[in-house]
Amino acid sequence: MSAIIKTEHLCYSYHTEENKKVQAVNDVSIEIEEGQFVAILGHNGSGKSTFAKLLNMILTPESGKIFIDGKELTSPDITEDDIYDIRRQIGMVFQNPDNQIVATIVEEDVAFGPENLGIPSDEIRKRVDNALETVGMKKYARHAPHKLSGGQKQRVAIAGIIAMMPRCIIFDESTAMLDPLGRREVMDTIERLNRKDGKTVLHITHYMGEATRADRVIVMRHGSVYMDGTPKEIFTRVDELWEAGLEVPQTTEFMHGLNELGLSLPLDIFETEPCAEKSAEAILKWISDHK
Amino acid sequence: MSIVELKDVNFVYGQGTPYEINALKNINLTVEHGSITGLIGHTGSGKSTLVQLLNGLLKPSSGQVLIDGTDIWAEPKKIRDIRFKVGLVMQYPEYQLFDETVRDDIAFGPKNMGLDEEEIKKRVIEAAEFSGLDSALLDKSPFDLSGGQKRRAALAGVMAMNPKLLVLDEPAAGLDPRGRREILGRIRTYGRESGTSVMIVSHSMEDMAKYCDRILVMCGGQLMMEGTCAEVFSRYNELIEVGLDVPQITKIAAALKKHGVDIGDDVYTVNFALARVAEFMGLSLDQIEGRLHHGS
Repeated sequence: MSAIIKTEHLCYSYHTEENKKVQAVNDVSIEIEEGQFVAILGHNGSGKSTFAKLLNMILTPESGKIFIDGKELTSPDITEDDIYDIRRQIGMVFQNPDNQIVATIVEEDVAFGPENLGIPSDEIRKRVDNALETVGMKKYARHAPHKLSGGQKQRVAIAGIIAMMPRCIIFDESTAMLDPLGRREVMDTIERLNRKDGKTVLHITHYMGEATRADRVIVMRHGSVYMDGTPKEIFTRVDELWEAGLEVPQTTEFMHGLNELGLSLPLDIFETEPCAEKSAEAILKWISDHK
Repeated sequence: MSIVELKDVNFVYGQGTPYEINALKNINLTVEHGSITGLIGHTGSGKSTLVQLLNGLLKPSSGQVLIDGTDIWAEPKKIRDIRFKVGLVMQYPEYQLFDETVRDDIAFGPKNMGLDEEEIKKRVIEAAEFSGLDSALLDKSPFDLSGGQKRRAALAGVMAMNPKLLVLDEPAAGLDPRGRREILGRIRTYGRESGTSVMIVSHSMEDMAKYCDRILVMCGGQLMMEGTCAEVFSRYNELIEVGLDVPQITKIAAALKKHGVDIGDDVYTVNFALARVAEFMGLSLDQIEGRLHHGS
């Protein structure tokens, strides 16, 4: 497997109104394999959104290198056309569904991206149908977007990205403004895009439950990579996560607490039933041992 | 006397048209002075309609809305006074900031109430403090603030009117865990210290469990449940049935019971669950003191 995204010592800073320099991204070197589902966590101001925006050159890095599919995006001889080509590989879905919809009919909105890429119209038709099918919104192809729910709008926005056929999709807090049902719809869509269609996914989120569904979790803090590993590796490091202002799944928090009471339970269980089963077993054993 | 009393309230959108929707059906409820109440229900359950009835943005199709003992529609011309009594903080209130400085923005409400300069000044400072807004930011443009600061500024604008009831629609939406804890903690402290009654609308059961005294559950335009957190969450089966979620720890407690460790059905925060487990194990509270610190 090859890295679809690779960064070397990536840095980005900006100046505040008072001319104070803020190092938003600080020396980030990572590699993301094609087909991986990566969740990026970190509290506000940790640099995760800035990092995502560097990857398709919405922002230009201060120093360091970015390689997309082996091609150096930051090389001095890269042309504007190259950047457009590369950008097409990396789609982005943002937080607010209302800011991402441009047309008055769902299918026209989805067609907006491929139209701008100059794709022939019969091909666009096919892509739009496929994209709406993928996100489960085909029924609504002729509907007006403003009458849809938040989760439905966000899925239309995702369809608009899929129709451009990127290899990687970055979701920048795309579930943050949705209600629990909308969040579930969007998360299921994201998971399907990854598992079924093989898209590389970078999912920036505050919801730990969502991050447990990824292959890999990257935690950012002060602009740098603070932790990097599988969900099981990351969420067992409870104290460090708390230190970074983040939370852990309640299963882990509960078992961590039981360990403080003198039990010894694994922390890498995120499902309710196995967590309860293991905990009950340990509690009952402790009681019979201490009789 | 209660701060809110709803008597047989019905609300119909588009009455007499083909699009008629009966959004609220026969709602009867009371909210006590000084309490912090959570209002939950999924999208379309009628909770937003209910909130808009509380400060007279909507008028009930039938029934009475009493605030602080007075029927707010008894004298329709005085409905504006109700808006000062019941402060409503909408979702993403930061999009409603408009004035040149944060100070002026917060002062907008009190100014419209006709208060004098001195009083307005005092209220702006107090409200900024309650919402956790650094006083150094007061003379900046609201548009130069960070997202979290803007949210606080908008919140302060409503707090500065000293409402008797503060209603907030998803006050922590879109914030990271630390931001959520901070803003909800501030709101709770504000309610406790100023004696203002608070109503929080949210989808997050975990947050509701942590910050509210009582919970109202709406479903299909009706009031489905009402009670303390323990009372409401112990009926987790019914909540799940209507598509609502309960805190994961409540489900863990239910599963523990199945495996022979009964710590009760009324468990809704992790620390409470741990205290119950400790009790189950025969540990005294002193023994666990200081070990349960973080998170909830």
